Amino acid sequence: MSHIATRTPSPLRRFWMRSQGTLLPVITFLLVLLLWEICVKVFAIPEFLLPAPSAIWLATTEQAGLVWGHTLATLRTVVLGYGLSILISLPLAFALTSSRIVANAVYPLLILTQSIPKVALAPILVIALGANELPRVIITFLVAFFPLVVAVTTGLLSVPGDLIELGRSYRATRLQQMVQIRMPYAIPFIFSGLKTAVALAVVGAVVGEFVTSDRGLGYLIQTSTAFFRMPLAFGAMLVLSLMGIVLFQIVAVAEKLLFPWSSQQQAD
Amino acid sequence: MTAITIDKATKVFSSRDGEEVVALSDVSLDIGENEFISLVGPSGCGKSTLLRLIGGLLPLNAGRILIDGTEVKGPQVKTGFVFQKATLLEWKTILENVLFPLKIMGTLDAKSKDKARELLALAGLDGFENKYPAELSGGMQQRAGICRALMHDPDILLMDEPFGALDALTREDMSIELLRIWREQPKTIVFVTHSIAEAVLLSDRVVVMSPRPGEVKQILDIPLPRPRSFAVQKDARFQEKVDEIRHLITGK
Ligand SMILES: Nc1ncnc2c1ncn2[C@@H]1O[C@H](COP(=O)(O)OP(=O)(O)O)[C@@H](O)[C@H]1O
Ligand SMILES: [Mg+2]
Repeated sequence: MSHIATRTPSPLRRFWMRSQGTLLPVITFLLVLLLWEICVKVFAIPEFLLPAPSAIWLATTEQAGLVWGHTLATLRTVVLGYGLSILISLPLAFALTSSRIVANAVYPLLILTQSIPKVALAPILVIALGANELPRVIITFLVAFFPLVVAVTTGLLSVPGDLIELGRSYRATRLQQMVQIRMPYAIPFIFSGLKTAVALAVVGAVVGEFVTSDRGLGYLIQTSTAFFRMPLAFGAMLVLSLMGIVLFQIVAVAEKLLFPWSSQQQAD
Repeated sequence: MTAITIDKATKVFSSRDGEEVVALSDVSLDIGENEFISLVGPSGCGKSTLLRLIGGLLPLNAGRILIDGTEVKGPQVKTGFVFQKATLLEWKTILENVLFPLKIMGTLDAKSKDKARELLALAGLDGFENKYPAELSGGMQQRAGICRALMHDPDILLMDEPFGALDALTREDMSIELLRIWREQPKTIVFVTHSIAEAVLLSDRVVVMSPRPGEVKQILDIPLPRPRSFAVQKDARFQEKVDEIRHLITGK
């Protein structure tokens, strides 16, 4: 049998072995779409219950300009809220962990904030901040911020004692300890937090749009369903999912490019 | 001339429930310049604590430790630490890891890289400069850790069970390699080990310690000729010393 194992595989087979990781789920997805289409046609499911993929596609592409405009509006809210959560949580986590006592005092509270249902704040914030873009950005920010700050703080606090002692043995200053040891050690934690946060930011933006908005994919879903334009509502929902996936992948690729050792470590 | 003077060193830890553990009690020991000295004894007898005290990583409760006549108050440039685990920084290449002490101490210059490469070559790691620690075997990582400790030319090398995590064969190779490095770059080495044979093979003197409270039980000279290799294990005096130390530790 061993001569079979050593034979070089054909180019087609090699292509398959290399790309089956991505090809298989794509094929599965297409099959699901096909099955969905067939079921809707065969069982004559009414459109307001479940539109066929072809109907969704048509409705969405017919209104491509409109959908695109709403997509940009949602994207803007996501980017602003997510950006704000990064800008605030990173320095905050560094500050919290630079002192043991502060860390011990605040870290348990941070963990508790995880269980606050941030989206329930949306209507309250609209009253407080007015029916403009601000409450949507704040909701997005809140939803992304807490998991992110917890992830970064956890990373900074879980540096092994050996590494801290190593730094001490060369008389590292507090700043050197933070910049040379704690921060790089926390990179895989930070990125896992960034990935969770970006997915949540999309959810936050849509919830904000549900509560108050005249633009965005959340608004589009609401107005479409109000007029029973289910294919368009489904289309908006799928565009939203796609946005979440693309943003997640951007963060994942950034990690791979900037910190190759970090994504390797997680794979182990 | 004496490199390290330990004078009635006492270290007490208080545990979380308020109980006090006397890790070291009245330990006195003189270590000569460029001497290779090993600390052996059962777990918890204070070997690591003594090493950390010499390295200035812990404060004393009583007594003094002097290095070249100056009292140790904190971590010193004169000492280099090798820990049981390689404790390499995963996000730095091997070369960057070896340069790390100089970076922290702010003494990195144009020649540092060449020196780091030389050290790595001496430890059999040439060609691995740009690899990340995760790409190296445990033995290679530990060798990189030793190179890092040598990078700033410390007069004193403090090694806490540096080969403890390695398999037996790698461990033997590493100890012979350490002797070679020590011969080429003489320095005072304080070496903590669980292996009695390793202590006898490497050391000029072996310090046997006993626990609760941590104390020096006895100090033995190892009068075996240098340079040493594994052949020395066939020497009758080698076996005699191993037996003597084992008897001191276990009472058997
Ligand atoms: N940081 C610490 N806090 C409290 N107790 C400690 C600490 N470090 C060591 N000890 C205690 O001191 C004693 C000696 O420990 P150690 O020096 O690590 O022994 P060894 O290295 O010989 O095994 C042990 O009883 C240990 O539990
Ligand atoms: Mg120990």
